Amino acid sequence: MFETLTDRLNTTFRSLSGRGRISEDNIKEAMREVRSSLLEADVNLDVVTQFCDEVTKEALGAEVLKSLKPDEQMIGIVHAKLVELMGPVDSQLMMVDPPPTIVMMCGLQGTGKTTTCGKLAAWLKKRGKRVLVVAADLQRPAAVEQLRQVVEESVAEAPGDGHVAFHGEPDKCAEYGKATGVAVMVCQRALKRARAERFDVLLLDTAGRLHVDEDLMKEIQAIDHAVQPHQRMLVVDAMTGQDAVNSAREFNERLAIDGVILTKFDSDTRGGAALSVKRVTGAPIKFIGVGEKVTALEEFHAERMAGRILGMGDVVSLVEKAHEEVEEEEAEKLAEKMAKGQFSLNDFTKQLRTMRRMGPLKQLLGMLPGVGGALKDLDIDDKQLDRLEGIVNSMTQREREDTAVLSKSRTKRIANGAGVPTTEVNKLVKQFGAMQKVTKQMAGMGAMGKMKAMRQMQSAGAGAAAGMGGGMPGFGSRGSTKTKSVKSGFKRRKRR
Amino acid sequence: MGLFKSTISRIRQGLSRTATSFGSGLRSLLTGRSIDEAMIDEIEVRLLGADVGVKATREIVDALREDWKAGKISSGDEALEHLKNVLKSRWVHHEPGLAVSGDPPTVILVVGVNGVGKTTSVAKIARALREEGRSVLLAAADTFRAGAVEQLSIWSERLGVDVVKGNQGADPASVAFDAAEAAVARQMDVLLVDTAGRLHTQNDLMRQLVKIRDVIARKIPGAPHEVLLVLDATSGQNALNQARVFTDAVEVTGVFLSKLDGTARGGIVVAIRDELDVPVKLVGIGERPEDVEAFDGDSFIDAIFAE
Repeated sequence: MFETLTDRLNTTFRSLSGRGRISEDNIKEAMREVRSSLLEADVNLDVVTQFCDEVTKEALGAEVLKSLKPDEQMIGIVHAKLVELMGPVDSQLMMVDPPPTIVMMCGLQGTGKTTTCGKLAAWLKKRGKRVLVVAADLQRPAAVEQLRQVVEESVAEAPGDGHVAFHGEPDKCAEYGKATGVAVMVCQRALKRARAERFDVLLLDTAGRLHVDEDLMKEIQAIDHAVQPHQRMLVVDAMTGQDAVNSAREFNERLAIDGVILTKFDSDTRGGAALSVKRVTGAPIKFIGVGEKVTALEEFHAERMAGRILGMGDVVSLVEKAHEEVEEEEAEKLAEKMAKGQFSLNDFTKQLRTMRRMGPLKQLLGMLPGVGGALKDLDIDDKQLDRLEGIVNSMTQREREDTAVLSKSRTKRIANGAGVPTTEVNKLVKQFGAMQKVTKQMAGMGAMGKMKAMRQMQSAGAGAAAGMGGGMPGFGSRGSTKTKSVKSGFKRRKRR
Repeated sequence: MGLFKSTISRIRQGLSRTATSFGSGLRSLLTGRSIDEAMIDEIEVRLLGADVGVKATREIVDALREDWKAGKISSGDEALEHLKNVLKSRWVHHEPGLAVSGDPPTVILVVGVNGVGKTTSVAKIARALREEGRSVLLAAADTFRAGAVEQLSIWSERLGVDVVKGNQGADPASVAFDAAEAAVARQMDVLLVDTAGRLHTQNDLMRQLVKIRDVIARKIPGAPHEVLLVLDATSGQNALNQARVFTDAVEVTGVFLSKLDGTARGGIVVAIRDELDVPVKLVGIGERPEDVEAFDGDSFIDAIFAE
């Protein structure tokens, strides 16, 4: 397992602190760690070298603030530098008059151009624009069909007053590399149509291509020349390694990129490519793709991204993620049930599943500031939650709605079904009972009372993940041991 | 005998660009010089630039420095040989080619994150197996991504192999089951199952993959005989996470390293050896269905270091 960047910096700077101030000696050591960490985050080697040089210069010149420890100050400098390099942020699409504004997507194969087209169309639809999406990928089998379906999804599922339409000529497709000139004509016809039908935006989805494939690079230059896009968007996979600079540089030299869209940020990539590509192209990072849904496109925030690369936690993203997964209506229904004291094991498992849809527990907790580093040595077992779900799944509907009906023989049956000892079933039921009691109490209370009740609930060992919607038995009881191991994790951590 | 025998000349061809930027550069850097710290630093830079990763690079460079300090090697040519040997020792040794079941059909499950080239890779494997005279059935178990079933269908037409498909949004496990049943009934030699791209961080989708595997195993005992993880040669250190999580979930038996025809060096496969005991079995080196070769570690390194 790789350590997160914050881990390393924390460790390094912890060793720095106490030494009084930033000096040429200790900064060298710190910079070695910064370098390793950025490399592990897939930032390009040359970019890393440049970055470290600049940070060193700034750190040495920086006046040591009395209120800050040197390590805090260094983290501040590194963070600020990352933000500076990844900015300035401009997540708008410039619109031209007269319309249509022409936006061309380009990039390597498999970076997510087609999916991103759908997302961008949805983004524009929300802003009331009339968008024509053009299938200019005649190389990959069924790419035209894919885009047609993606556009359909934008039409059906994305909110907004705008309008999204599709332009595709599937009969023009050919085997890879054999229809390189045709896309130019398709784009020209689409442009004519966009003018005639008064679309605001013309969105061109081009074929994925290697930056060293001369034929296909010439093709996209020909499209570029023929329709003269106002915005050329480079789509880059956030998981890309060192090579990100090579492809980005080549696309930029051929097309003069206006903006970058980073995709697949819902993975656990550290996303160093963001820094590399920005540095090489100079073009602003406009959006990031964060999921498979057509609405999973976010505006780029340099601060958040710097925090992510540094592993400093990203609460904003966590909240957004939670929001995305929990339907508002459902949440209200649940609150009502809780108020009436009708919160059942069924509701509980539903909550659990919702939370887990957001990702592995460790990753979710890692988004909380300060937790990321502390979690490093901690083995958070998602299987524990599997067992919890397993127990509930082994219950009948009646048992789930009312645990009071559980007899010894029922408990035994459930334990057998879930493959756990009966004590585990009893523990779950007991903790859940305590939680239920508290939620019922909470219904009639004001805010202060609620806080008090929450504390009671926690001390009763039933539910810790407040704010995640619903308490979590099993989790809470491990709370105390968890705190302990987080602390010992801190203690255990030593300089390598 | 394993499926899929092959030659190395094509890898060398596919890697020629890699060789230009990394290997031959390294060769000209090393030959005719004697080892010094500056040279070792330069080697480190090349390895890091090839996505070999900080940890593996450090190990390789430290070993080189140790041998140099101990007086075992002193010339650049010796350093070159040393590096080749160190890299070669990092491959997982395995029987060349893909596993074959003594009791057909052999089932190959193809998995990976989004956009690595699973469907193209499936088409390439299908074509190669057909060339070897084996009967192949495809299963389009990517019922999630728009156009995925159509994409595989087009390949099946071009290659002249049958495909079992489900509707968009259908349960992929049921498609896999139907395909397994069809492969048995039609006495196929090989069943190739294409699955939806899924990020390894998505628990639900990983569980779905386990279900697909289990369903196949239930229908054909011992299957799937190969679980191929497709990794993108352009990807960075995150590929290690992918390899780890997919292996935990469905016991990956081999890696298909795709997109090796670009300027990316695929150095991540050197690092993967540290994390997992999984061999790299195949490499993708182009867009055409014939652009695939069996991976041979020694030849891979030779190709990398070739002029």
